Amino acid sequence: MNTSLPQVAHVASITDESTRVRTLALDLHLQAEPGQFIMAWLPGLDEKPFSLVRAEPVTLTIARVGPFSSAVHALDSGDRLWIRGPLGAFFQLPAVVPPTGALLLVGGGYGVAPLHFLSERALSAGWRVDMIIGAKTAEDVIFVERFQTLGAKVAITTDDGSLGQHGVATDTARRLLDQGAYQALYGCGPEPMLQAVETLAKSLHLPAQLSYERYMRCGFGICGSCARGGWRVCKDGPVKSVDVQIPALLHSALAGSQDNLFTQEPIDET
Amino acid sequence: LATLGVTLCGVDLPNPLILASGILGTEAELMARVAQAGAGAVTAKSCSLQPRTGHPNPTVLAWEHGLINAVGLANPGVAAEVEELRRTKTLIQHLGTALIASVFADTVEHFAQVAAQISQADPDLIEINISCPNVHDEFGTPFAADAGAAAEVTAAVKEAIGGADGHADGGADGYADGGKDSIPILVKLSPNVADIASIARAVEAAGADGITAINTLTGMIIDVHARRPILANRSGGLSGPAIRPLAVRCVYDIYQAVDIPIVGVGGVSSGRDAVEMIMAGATAVGIGSAVYDLGPEAFGRILDEMVALMTELGYEHIEEMRGAAHREPVQAAQ
Repeated sequence: MNTSLPQVAHVASITDESTRVRTLALDLHLQAEPGQFIMAWLPGLDEKPFSLVRAEPVTLTIARVGPFSSAVHALDSGDRLWIRGPLGAFFQLPAVVPPTGALLLVGGGYGVAPLHFLSERALSAGWRVDMIIGAKTAEDVIFVERFQTLGAKVAITTDDGSLGQHGVATDTARRLLDQGAYQALYGCGPEPMLQAVETLAKSLHLPAQLSYERYMRCGFGICGSCARGGWRVCKDGPVKSVDVQIPALLHSALAGSQDNLFTQEPIDET
Repeated sequence: LATLGVTLCGVDLPNPLILASGILGTEAELMARVAQAGAGAVTAKSCSLQPRTGHPNPTVLAWEHGLINAVGLANPGVAAEVEELRRTKTLIQHLGTALIASVFADTVEHFAQVAAQISQADPDLIEINISCPNVHDEFGTPFAADAGAAAEVTAAVKEAIGGADGHADGGADGYADGGKDSIPILVKLSPNVADIASIARAVEAAGADGITAINTLTGMIIDVHARRPILANRSGGLSGPAIRPLAVRCVYDIYQAVDIPIVGVGGVSSGRDAVEMIMAGATAVGIGSAVYDLGPEAFGRILDEMVALMTELGYEHIEEMRGAAHREPVQAAQ
């Protein structure tokens, strides 16, 4: 059987994204896809799921919200953290060859983390990437320079107007979608935001993939702890394709079924 | 072509494959998905009178030859579970899939109470989990470790759900179909005992309608870098391919000891494994850890393999195979 056991890793570098959010790069490389997650274990404390910001090396962005994340924030360079994974379904890029056009990514709060991995993949594959970063307030806006460094165009929205557009990320998404053509829409963030992105995608018949979060135990689809409506967030997700009916004439470049809208790259589970 | 229907404690199942408790049994829609995938019955995750959050993570791991888990019987409590089971029934009824509730408790009295309450959801069967190995610190030695305690729970549950009369000697198929008889109970036994057959005899005498065997074996995995057990509970229940021969032996021993039907559970992941379990004496076969490798689709796949193997072996019905390994060997046809 394929094992799913924690493997030891060490903190290689630490970057503060804000007063509450910290990024840790580890001395561990995984073969993983954007949207996949790992379970991070601190012996004697807990094991929790985190999206991969990058897989080579494993990079995690963690907000200090409770005992586990506080303990992770207390780690110094060289300290140990155990990693199980990669786990879960992943984002797929549109199956358009060669890539022509742009992708719109919408990240709410810390939901920007897996979209960073996706941007990196998409940009190196030849896609243009527009990234909307939405947050409650200026202080919670993270990753702006990271996305810009990758080569993505970044728009910022805050609920209180303290930075960028005053409003929610999906309002800006709607405006950008009105202005320009996008091949696909991607979202990660709080569920109300994902709901809004899904509505938007359906109304525009635009293929979309969204990443969900839930409390998890096994992480590989057998315990049922994270199930919602028969869908296992950890195994069938965390990335979910929005079920859209694509008028064939409008999207003749894309093959007919939803499955064919995105490239299927097999991954090696280790 | 071989037919797969079986009757378990008077309940007709479209096939002998049962989703084992603790796997995917947390939610109505998920159980419906398993039913859709071909399961003959689905067992819900064990519930208790009060909600439980279970153990902290890590709780479930996959190692080279199976899984190890110490979820710690996390569940929403019996009141919420009754609603979930009612929802499940409405979703799976049209498929003919049977619904098995699962309950556990810390005392004999609480076992009786939780079983009585869960019967309000009118499941087809109730599994009495007296053998979870992962709550030892809290609940002490499982009831399944002692014949007297196992029998006491069984008798109390039968009385509480209104079936203490006359069923104990009835055997597998002695019930009238469709009547408002009490819901038959399966008592789930532990392999972590010296003589599982004696426990089986005790629960049969106390009125059990059937036996589920086996629950997981206790095990431990230590991370050598952390120098400590990985599971937060330290020890956990082993399941999967590694325990299959042990489960087959337990079912074989129990079959010789009792007349009530057995649900054989432990590491079954192919049609061959399921046929083996039935030849050991199982009426139905639990599928759990196989979902790790095969997903919910495990059920359809194992059924297909069973049909092919039965055809190859010359069987038309499941019953012809049941206990075949106990019978005098037929003269080898050379």
